[in-house]
Order: sequence, then structure tokens, then C-alpha cells
Amino acid sequence: MNLIEAKNLSVDHGRSAVLDNVNFAISAGEIVTVVGPNGSGKSTFIRSILGVQRATSGTVIRQDGLRIGYVPQKLFIDDTLPMTVTRFLSLPRKQTQANMDKVTRRVGATALDHRQMTSLSGGQFQRILLARALLGAPQILILDEPTQGLDQQGVALFYALIEEVRRELGCAVLMVSHDLHVVMSASDRVICLNGHICCEGTPQVVSAAPEYRALFGVGTGGALALYRHTHDHDHDHDHSHAHEHDPHGRAN
Amino acid sequence: MLDDFILRAILAGVGLSIATGPLGAFVVWRRMAYFGDATAHAAILGVALALGFSISITLGTLIVVLGMGLLVAALAGRGIAIDTTLGVLAHSSLAIGLVAISFIEGVRIDLTAFLFGDILAVTTSDLAYIWGGSVLVVLLLRWRWSALLTATVSEELAASVGIDPGRERLYLTLALAVVVALSLKVVGALLIASMLIIPAAAARGFAMTPERMAGVAILIGMLSTLIGVGTSFHLDTPAGPSIVVAAAIGFVISLIIARRRRRIG
Repeated sequence: MNLIEAKNLSVDHGRSAVLDNVNFAISAGEIVTVVGPNGSGKSTFIRSILGVQRATSGTVIRQDGLRIGYVPQKLFIDDTLPMTVTRFLSLPRKQTQANMDKVTRRVGATALDHRQMTSLSGGQFQRILLARALLGAPQILILDEPTQGLDQQGVALFYALIEEVRRELGCAVLMVSHDLHVVMSASDRVICLNGHICCEGTPQVVSAAPEYRALFGVGTGGALALYRHTHDHDHDHDHSHAHEHDPHGRAN
Repeated sequence: MLDDFILRAILAGVGLSIATGPLGAFVVWRRMAYFGDATAHAAILGVALALGFSISITLGTLIVVLGMGLLVAALAGRGIAIDTTLGVLAHSSLAIGLVAISFIEGVRIDLTAFLFGDILAVTTSDLAYIWGGSVLVVLLLRWRWSALLTATVSEELAASVGIDPGRERLYLTLALAVVVALSLKVVGALLIASMLIIPAAAARGFAMTPERMAGVAILIGMLSTLIGVGTSFHLDTPAGPSIVVAAAIGFVISLIIARRRRRIG
């Protein structure tokens, strides 16, 4: 049973095609990562999946009543818009204090209730975004480059947090990222996007694919080594991610 | 004692403030100031059409403003860089309106009344329109509030929880068109945008939540009406601009208070 399915999805901006004939599906509990260089249509892809971007041709089908927890790349809240953390968490539906406390505790962002969203640090802001996404008990978490603007350690911590949350909820995860080596290890499937789907499969398959290497060039050599390294750990320790991310930090 | 026309003027301004407060807040949050300008300028074209086809001026304005609003919303929705297009549309519709009015036989109207409004000439039936329209707009905003606010924060976030951001934008356009058409007589085409933006901007300094900001914007709009009409009555200044000046002073005061609070806090 697919939660979301895109068939022959194409999106044009003006005369140029941003997405060309993309076929995609994600099923319950699956972790899928979309990687691709800048301007490869990753954001357009997510916007199409969410239904903001209308497809030029093709269809996107979301399961009826699908509960989506969306964590955007960056949320720009206009300075003229006063918004406390509590008020933000109640968008669009009013939440009980107990519920809000539960999710903010879960993401480790407590005691921010009355702070203005615009006054939060990058890490706090992303955690609140994740907390809000968790409020609806999502069947799928959609994360669009959720760690932009975080430092190396912040990135590692944030992905570890997502991993934990996913294991607890058992939800599917669709993640767009350019933090290749960090995200790929935890994925069931990786899709390499550059306007069209260049290659797709398990992390091993994709990282070995010539299309992937062509896109990400020499830099991937190191990442790949790290990936294999961490992958081994996966088997040994059954997802010990906090420690997995460490080597990446040093590698960069 | 208060004269009848003073009372009507105050009631008109107060009634309008109820709608411009929350609506203006959205205009400020969504950076749609250009939108208020464009639709307000188009209102003069609406006046010309109303006179030409002998329909009610409020209705004529409403139609043209709504058309302009939908056009602008469609352009903005497509992500077209609309700055220049909008400038052309807004000012040419104003100019076409002015030229068209001069061609209408036997009509001698006071154009400054439409450009700057004549709140002191508001009739009882005008009041019914203004209050009716304002209440309608407030009910619409109340109904859509949560969805509108979510779509304002992020279109993607709204879509992820099943809100269609395009539809919410349409509701907002509709509400704006109604308010512009209604406020034409009160503050005039050139000052409508300021009545939308200035009270809301002034309210920012006093508010921690969006709801509070909308509420304070209403109060500032009402207070500006009282002060503006009062000044106009005593000093014989033009009423519409006096209201806007009062609101602008409110904005400056709010800036000073907000800055002082930040320094202490």
C-alpha cells in the first residue's frame, strides 16, 4: 500500500522542464532519501508531492486522509508576524498544553513556549518545526533539507533525533538532502534526482551507480568509504546512530 | 454637541476599522502592500464604469477591484516578477478611470472625494454598506483564520495539512476587494492602502501573537478615526488624511515604545 505515489510527474517552469517524467512511490514505514545537486528539482519534487506545485503532466496520488508531518528546509517568518512557539505549534489546529509539552520534550526543545519564533537559534527552530510535524501523529515525515543552517554537530544530532522519532512512530520518512553520507546509511532506498530520476535503489546500488558518481564527482569517494564503514556498524549494533555520525564530522 | 454628520463619520471609520485591522495584518505579514495600492488605484476605474453604466458606485468599484485583485493574485501565484506589471496596471487603471470620467456627459463629480474620500458626507445607507461589508469580511476572516495564518507562514506547511494555499489567497483577495470598495468613500482611493497597513504596522509593537496584533490594529484604527474626525471638525482639516495622519503618529509611538521595551527587556 503506497502512502504517496507519483506517476509520470512532469513540471515545467516556463519553457524549461524542472521535473521530467518522475515515477515515485513510498510505502508505510519506508525511508526514502532523495539526493541531487542544486537546481535538480528536489524542492519542486517535494512541492508536487505536497500538492503546492501543480504538475504540468502526470499525477500525484496521496492516500486518503494521509497524515503528513512536514519539516521545511527553512521557514521564513516575517518579522512583522508576532508568533510565539506555543501559537506556532497550534497551527492549524489548537493543541492541548499536554500534547505540546510531549512533543517539545521529545525533540529536546522545552521551556521555549513563550519565546518568539524569530528569536530562536537555528537548532531550536528546526526542533520546533519537527515538534510541530509530530503533533498530528504522522504516517509519513517529509523532510526538505531539514538541517540547512545547522553546524556539523547540529546536523548529526538532528538526524539522530529523526531516527529515534521514526523508530518510535514507525512512520515512513521521505527526506531530501545533500548531506549524502549522513542520510544514505539509514535509508531503505535512495533516489538520485537531476530533473529526472538518474538512478534509484538501495544505498549500495546507488552509490556504485555511474550516474550517481557522475553527478557527485570525486567528493563521493570519501563519503562512500564512510558510508560503507557506517553500514557495517548498522549490522553490528542495530542502529547506533549517535556514534555513527561522529566519523563524518571528522571527515569533513 | 456632536452633529449627526460627525457621528456618521465616526461610525463609518469605526466600522471600517473592524475589517481593516485583521485584513491589514495579513497585508503586512504577506508583504502585500503593493496589492492594496493596485486595487485602490483600480477603484477609480470602477467609479468611471459605475457612472458610465449607471450602476451603484460601490458595486462598480467592487467589480473592478475584484477583477484587479484576481489578476494580481493570479500573477503572484505564478511567481511572475510582478513589480513593474503591477505598477503599469495600477497607475494606468487610475489614469484610464480619470480620463473616462471626463468623457461622461453631464456628470460633474468631485474627484477629490474619490481620491481622498469624504467621510463627512457619509449617508445612513453608506453606513449600512460599510457595517454590513465589514461584518461580512470579519466573519470570513474568522472562519478562515487558522488556514489563512498557516498558509501565510508557509504554503508548503499549509498543503501538508490539507489546506489549499491558492484558495486561501482567493478568500483574502475577495475580502480586500470588499474593503477597498467600501472604504473608497471614507478615506478615498489614495489612502485606502495606508488605512490597511499603518494600524497593523503600529500594532506590531504591542503584540506577541497574530490574534493580538489584529485586535490592536482594530483599536488603533478606531482611535485614529476619532482623533482624525475630531481634528477635522475643530481645525477644518480634510478628514480622510487626518485619520491617516493620526494612525501614522500611532505608528511612530509604537516604534518608540517597542524600542524602549527592547532596551529594558
